[in-house]
Amino acid sequence: MSAPFPASDATLELDCRGLRCPVPIIRLGKRYTEVAVGELIAVVATDVAARVDIPAWCRMRGQEYVGEDVAADGVPVYRVRRLS
Amino acid sequence: MTRTSQGAADNGPAYFDAASSLPLHPAARDALTAALDKGYADPRRLHSSGRSARLILDNARAVVASCLDVRPDEVTFTPSGTHAVHLGVLGLLAGRARVSATLARSTVEHSSVVHAGDWHASRGGEVVEVPVDRAGRCMSAPDAGAAVFALQAANHEVGTLQPVADLASGSDVPVFMDACAATGHVALPGGWAAAAVSAHKWGGPAGVGALILRKGARWRNPFPGDDRIDERSIGFENVPGALAAAAALQAVTAGREEVAQRQRVLIDHIRNTIPAMVPDVEVVGDPDARLPHIVTFSCLYVDGEALVTELDRRGFSVASGSACTASTLAPSHVLEAMGVLTHGNVRLSLGRDATREQVDAFLAVLPEAVGRIRSDAGL
Repeated sequence: MSAPFPASDATLELDCRGLRCPVPIIRLGKRYTEVAVGELIAVVATDVAARVDIPAWCRMRGQEYVGEDVAADGVPVYRVRRLS
Repeated sequence: MTRTSQGAADNGPAYFDAASSLPLHPAARDALTAALDKGYADPRRLHSSGRSARLILDNARAVVASCLDVRPDEVTFTPSGTHAVHLGVLGLLAGRARVSATLARSTVEHSSVVHAGDWHASRGGEVVEVPVDRAGRCMSAPDAGAAVFALQAANHEVGTLQPVADLASGSDVPVFMDACAATGHVALPGGWAAAAVSAHKWGGPAGVGALILRKGARWRNPFPGDDRIDERSIGFENVPGALAAAAALQAVTAGREEVAQRQRVLIDHIRNTIPAMVPDVEVVGDPDARLPHIVTFSCLYVDGEALVTELDRRGFSVASGSACTASTLAPSHVLEAMGVLTHGNVRLSLGRDATREQVDAFLAVLPEAVGRIRSDAGL
């Protein structure tokens, strides 16, 4: 579910508020190919496991974990760059 | 002793959760039965029944000491491994209270160590964490300012052996070693001041642990004392349990190398096969410096608890460090500290008589079990 206004410079924002693991990672795995190589995806997730699992997903799938940010409502935003 | 169970439901489940608890070793069962008849009396009493109980208790202590290569007066039986951990961590801290109030512990310690640290912090103490690498291995000793360094002999979730002797020898900080996962499975490292062991992890009964306190270690009882034989412990001694624990430890120590070698072959087979059979899976923990009977892996896009249920339905009992649907919602702090995938996690831990047939039967059903959960998720 992409928000109408993607966070900052991300091309695609995945709103995973309230979703439990591994659903945020499944969303990311299904949809990251919607952005072009080199572009950013922002995953907004309340699930605490996302903090470990999004960097681990990037490592396993050869994508780049850019870092963590915070949305206006205080929910963590994890940023990923598509590399392939 | 032949087991024909292959994990198919009609043959009974294949129990691959040995690291949580083992069935009672036959040697322990015999000792327990005998000691229940002869070791019921108060071992402090001077009458013949009391002396009989005392003899059994002293015998159990001597056997455990000999298996762990320590002196009998360094062994204190406790009501659990957890209680031994609490006595060890907090007792060493109490003994060093004038030096420092800081407990250093690795980020992958068992929850019993973590809780002891939290308790210490709630009473004004300080806890600092020492990080691990991606394999779960602790790479450095804490700063000299720490009072105690808690470092496990081996990790209970991923099996990685910790360099306890190396880190202890390079530091003046006394080491508390949680040896609950390792004892009975590998020879223990040296260099520590106190250690904790747990009988049901080696085939003894639940409800028996031991604190091992080396001569010369500065230790003070952190809890109210008791007027028992061993002033470091509390409560009426579980004499039959102690003897059964000792008998099991003696038996598994005698057969340790042979069993470990067999388990290592099976675990290597699993480690090598799973990535080829299941896409997007990560086998975690040190591939070489590890306990012989444990392998842990994480499957991308899979709910670990759903996978435990799927595997249970197919006749395999396994554990998971994932917490996708658990009430805690917090995944394993061990996997988190290692920086590996926390969902889709499965830990297989083999008992003494696990067979190649059981392992192959598991490997035959795993791809389909993972595939079903992934396809349910629309992948």
